[in-house]
Amino acid sequence: MSSHDPKTSHEQVPAGMAMPNEDVLSGAENAPDDAASYIAPVSRHAATMGDPNAKAILEVKDLKMYFPVKSSGIIRRTIGHVQAVDGVSFQVPAGGSLGLVGESGCGKSTTGRLITRLYEPTAGTINFDGQDISKTSARGLKPLRREIQMIFQDPYTSLNPRHSVGSIIGAPLEIHNILPKKQILPRVQELLEIVGLNPEHYNRYPHEFSGGQRQRIGIARALTLQPKLLVADEPVSALDVSIQAQVINLLQDLQDEFGIAFLFVAHDLAVVRHFCPEVAVMYLGKIVEIADRETLYNRPNHPYTQALLSAVPDVKQAAIGGRRERIRLEGDVPSPINPPSGCRFRTRCPLAQEICARVEPPLLQIGKRHKVACHFAGELGKHPDKPVTAGLLGVDDSGTPDPGASPSVDVGNEPGFADTWFDLERRTMASA
Amino acid sequence: MSSFLSVRDLKVHFPTVDGIVKATDGLSFDLERGKTLGIVGESGSGKSVSSSAILGLHRRTSAQVSGEIMLDGVDLLKLSDEDMRRRRGKDVAMIFQDPLSAMHPYYTVGNQIGEAYRVHHDVSKKVARARAIEMLDRVGIPQPDRRVDDYPHQFSGGMRQRAMIAMGLINNPSLLIADEPTTALDVTVQAQILDLLQDLQRDFDAAVIIITHDLGVVAEMTDDVLVMYAGRAVEYGSCKEILTHPEMPYTWGLISSIPDVSGDTSAQLIPIPGNPPSLLNPPSGCAFHPRCTHRDKVPGDLCTTVLPELLPGTRTEGHLKRCHLTNPDVVYEREILPEIAPDLVEER
Repeated sequence: MSSHDPKTSHEQVPAGMAMPNEDVLSGAENAPDDAASYIAPVSRHAATMGDPNAKAILEVKDLKMYFPVKSSGIIRRTIGHVQAVDGVSFQVPAGGSLGLVGESGCGKSTTGRLITRLYEPTAGTINFDGQDISKTSARGLKPLRREIQMIFQDPYTSLNPRHSVGSIIGAPLEIHNILPKKQILPRVQELLEIVGLNPEHYNRYPHEFSGGQRQRIGIARALTLQPKLLVADEPVSALDVSIQAQVINLLQDLQDEFGIAFLFVAHDLAVVRHFCPEVAVMYLGKIVEIADRETLYNRPNHPYTQALLSAVPDVKQAAIGGRRERIRLEGDVPSPINPPSGCRFRTRCPLAQEICARVEPPLLQIGKRHKVACHFAGELGKHPDKPVTAGLLGVDDSGTPDPGASPSVDVGNEPGFADTWFDLERRTMASA
Repeated sequence: MSSFLSVRDLKVHFPTVDGIVKATDGLSFDLERGKTLGIVGESGSGKSVSSSAILGLHRRTSAQVSGEIMLDGVDLLKLSDEDMRRRRGKDVAMIFQDPLSAMHPYYTVGNQIGEAYRVHHDVSKKVARARAIEMLDRVGIPQPDRRVDDYPHQFSGGMRQRAMIAMGLINNPSLLIADEPTTALDVTVQAQILDLLQDLQRDFDAAVIIITHDLGVVAEMTDDVLVMYAGRAVEYGSCKEILTHPEMPYTWGLISSIPDVSGDTSAQLIPIPGNPPSLLNPPSGCAFHPRCTHRDKVPGDLCTTVLPELLPGTRTEGHLKRCHLTNPDVVYEREILPEIAPDLVEER
């Protein structure tokens, strides 16, 4: 019977896979030896498990990125700002992963680029390993580049076509003066092997590889300096489904082996569910819900998260006839230049009421590892009729300031989770 | 009684200096009005090439197209260029993957939609414009009388795809081919577009072919599924049958390599090893054999030497598969399903 034991999650695909190494070693010129025919060993994985007690390696607080919008004409005045990221706070645990999901234009990629400091944030702090890097100078950033690396979305445009794979992967070692020139090649070959490419192919050029293999080259380059944090910006969305799974499993292998923390930016909710024990959902520059995987996918409390999840086609469920009802979201995401007042989702929200236009909902912790930014937070079909946040914010149910109310809880925008939270059902503070 | 669309032994070969690229090599399928067929496969499996052949988009000088494409009793491959031009866009229409590159940036959206109408109807620009507004309204674009004069860049991605759909449907085609219609879109917009396509299909009673690599789209939209690998059909049958009881290791691979948004998190993600083959020099025997992990269950070297026929599977008559395995249903139930969907095994 089956040789697969479901318990061994690291099992390599068994024999029968031709390894064309022999052709290369024997130097046979006419052997079918194009890079694309190399079959890398693949591993299989269940979803990653997180350690809730892990210390945060990255802590982002109130991060903002406003891009100026210039007028046309000779004198280019600033006439507005694109509020791409507007007050985002989160933590990434050491060796763990946080997923960042949302539609295009929600600011998830900008957040990733801010953390790698490809942009300088307008405001807020990025605390990496005990050091605030949000204002570090270009010179000061160089040592940081060893610690934080990035994997890009498009494996076709992120590799220089005029450089061989060896020089692409070896470049970081040279720039940072880590190894003497002679030792670079062996290290490059070692890295190629780690990411499942043929180590003999170091002198080939990117065009000789397929999309999935190019993405592996990009991953090898990011690994060269043994970073502590990898920002993966849509690392698999440009790849075919079967290749996507190879790359996701490779990233899981690397995380297990080297203890790398991931900020995983993607729009594919299923991929994020598999890779990230903790997920943040962004909408128009803000985090609307952040929770551990089980909570976010099984009991989402924000109407946007609910709509997003209901829109994902579910193959296995649909196949057995278990078709879920889709929540239709009307229209498009509003412009981040002039976002709606109050709650930014209210223009498309099926629950929106007066208060939503007047008062911005705070990102309120409502469970052990669950925060949500909605006045009417609740599980699907169990949303309350009255805003849960009114008392906390000192306003009445329509959102106008209520002098009689006393704001009871401090609803700051702190990264991470507190030990106590606001219990939605009892409307009081609770703890574990 | 033959089907509305009946494709038999369709071959599209491209002669190149390095040899013949057999992009599609012997494809057959049927489709009725009001039904949807999903064609699934990786990039380079021949899905788009086959559908372009139905539209007659291959230049006779660069491609050798053979076989039979019967649409409502007429063989499209035997038509002259002029006759085909008259049908293209009228009887058969196509929606492309990337609406930004499929639309002309210099002309307004209304102009382009109206042009599609005027090519096949002898009407004034004014009538065509009114018709374009009507179609934009039908596909759910707000304020169509104003948006009709916008340029494509003024539309969002989802609206552009709606406009493409309006353009495709303006002549009321009986066959609509949608090539990756939602791949470039966000999930919420994808859901809107899929809903719209379903509504319109019901109204127009069109036959629809959806080309996609996303099994989720297939599961939600299609009646029948054709799985393609290296230019050939490897599995063909009703959508439900193929997704619940797949019998070809490549289909298993596709299903096991997509993570799910619900269900057991202990489910394994099992990729297909290797890369899709080169069509210039496809593997001998079964084209999937170099990547197949079930080859050892077939005696001898059948897989590497003999191309399996597309034959009925073990469960139902209409379910065809191209594989030498004799008991694929058992292998799937015992080896694949418990790993990729432990929660579904208990339900069965």
